[in-house]
Amino acid sequence: MPDGFIVTLIKSFVLVNLVMGLFAIMTWFERRLIGRFQVRLGPNRVGPFGLLQPIADLGKLIQKESLIPYGASPFLYLVAPVISLFSALMVFSVVPFGGEATIPFTDYQIYLWIADPNVALLLVFALGSFSFYGFLVGGWSSSSKYSLYGSMRAVSQLVSYEVSLALAVIGVVMMSQTLSLTGIVEAQQRDGIWYIVPQFVGFVIYLLASTAEVSRIPFDLPEAEGELVAGYHTEYGGMRWAMFQNAEYVALIGFSAIASILFLGGYAGPWLPGPLWMLIKMFVFLFLSIWIRSTLPRVRYDRLMTLGWKVLLPLATANLLVTSAIVAYRA
Amino acid sequence: MAVTDNLKGFGVTFRHLFRKPVTQQFPEYKRPVYPRFRGRHRLHRHENGLEKCVGCSLCAAACPADCIRVVAAENTVEERYSAGERYARIYEINMTRCIFCGYCELACPFDAITLGNDYELAEMSRDALVYTKEMLLEPSPAPRRTPVAPVDPYDIPAQDGLA
Repeated sequence: MPDGFIVTLIKSFVLVNLVMGLFAIMTWFERRLIGRFQVRLGPNRVGPFGLLQPIADLGKLIQKESLIPYGASPFLYLVAPVISLFSALMVFSVVPFGGEATIPFTDYQIYLWIADPNVALLLVFALGSFSFYGFLVGGWSSSSKYSLYGSMRAVSQLVSYEVSLALAVIGVVMMSQTLSLTGIVEAQQRDGIWYIVPQFVGFVIYLLASTAEVSRIPFDLPEAEGELVAGYHTEYGGMRWAMFQNAEYVALIGFSAIASILFLGGYAGPWLPGPLWMLIKMFVFLFLSIWIRSTLPRVRYDRLMTLGWKVLLPLATANLLVTSAIVAYRA
Repeated sequence: MAVTDNLKGFGVTFRHLFRKPVTQQFPEYKRPVYPRFRGRHRLHRHENGLEKCVGCSLCAAACPADCIRVVAAENTVEERYSAGERYARIYEINMTRCIFCGYCELACPFDAITLGNDYELAEMSRDALVYTKEMLLEPSPAPRRTPVAPVDPYDIPAQDGLA
C-alpha cells in the first residue's frame, strides 16, 4: 500500500533532518579521522571527543555578516547555494533505507523510502548534475575571477566525469534489468551476489568518477585553494558558504548511499535491520573517501581531463560492452 | 608503476592511523622551554631586598623596538629602593612592541633585567600589555607558569673538546 501524502511529508521531514545530522557528524568524523591519519588528534575540545564541534561551527557561521559583494548579481548570488543544497538533498528522496517497516507500538506499515519511481537512478544522476548549476550560477554571479574559474572548472569536470559515471552504472542496470533502486537491491538478492564482484571495473570507475562529481580531493579542482582561493565559493561567507559546504557533503553522503545500493547490496543483509546495514555500507564509502583525501594530492587539471576522457571513458565503455555480451549470452 | 605506488601510499596513511598522536594538549600540558628561552622580562632584587635597577636607562637605549620607558629618581635616606644613587621611579615595558631580542639584558650593567620563560602574555586590551614595574619586579605578582627543561644537556662549555 503506498503511503499517503501526510505520511510522505512526515517521512521527508524526518529524512532531511537525519541527513543534516549525518552531515554534521560527517564533518566531525572527517576532521577527527584526518587528524588521526596525520598522527594528531583533531577537534576534541567542544563536548566529549569534540562531538559538539559542528554545533560550535554552526553558531559561529550564523553570527557572520551576510553580505553581497559589489558588482554581484544579488538574486542569483543568493539562490545559488539553495540550488546546490536542494538538489543534493533531493537525491535522498529515492534512496531506500530498508524494506517495509512497522512503526513501533503500532501496527502501521510504512516503506523506508520516500519514493520508488522506476527511473530512480536516472533521477539521481539528473539531480547530481543539477547541483552543478548552483556552483555555476554561484561562481558566475559573484563577479570575481576566482569564482568564475572555479565554476568553469566545476562544469567541465562534471561534463567529463558524468559520462563515465553513467556508463559505469549501466553495467549494474543491465545485470539487474531495472533502474529502480529497490529493484537493484532485490536483483542482487535474487542473483545471490553483490554487484561489486561481477562489476568490479564499474565499481572502480564509479568510485573515481563520483569523487570527481562531488569534487573531493584528489579531484577538488573547482575549489583548489592553491590557485583559486576557494573556487566558486570564494565570495561566499557565513551560512551561504555553509550551504555550499553542506551541499558538497550531502552529495558525498548521497553518492555513498547510491554506491552501497548499486554495488554492496544496499539495505539487504543478515541479522541486522535494513537501515543499519545501509548505514554501515555508507560508512565504508565515507571512510574510503576520507582515506583517499588524506593520501592523495590534488591532480593537475590536464591530468584530470586525461584521466576522465582517455582512461575512464574507454574503460567504462569496454566494461559496458563485456557486460552486455555476457548478459545477452546468459539470457 | 603509478598504480602500485598509489596503493603503497594508501598503506602508509593507513599505518599512520594506528600511531599514537603526537599532539601535545597545550593548556593542560606545557612543553618545557629551552633554558635560554627569552620570554616575559623580570626585574631582580639584591638579597637584602633592594632593587638591582638603578634607573640608568641603558636598556631603553639598547632597545631596538623602543618599548622600554625608564624615569629615574634619587634615593633618599628615608626612601631607599635601590643600591645605587638613583632608582627607577617608573619602569614600563610595552609588550605589544617588545620583540624579545634580549638586548636590554645585555645592556644592563647590574643584571637587573633578564628575560624569563613565560610566553602566555595574551590580554584583552592593549593597555593591559604595558607592564609596570610592579608587574615586572621579583617576586612577581604573576606566578611563573612555564616549565623549563633541565639546563645540563644544553650547558656545554664553549671550549669543550678543543683543549
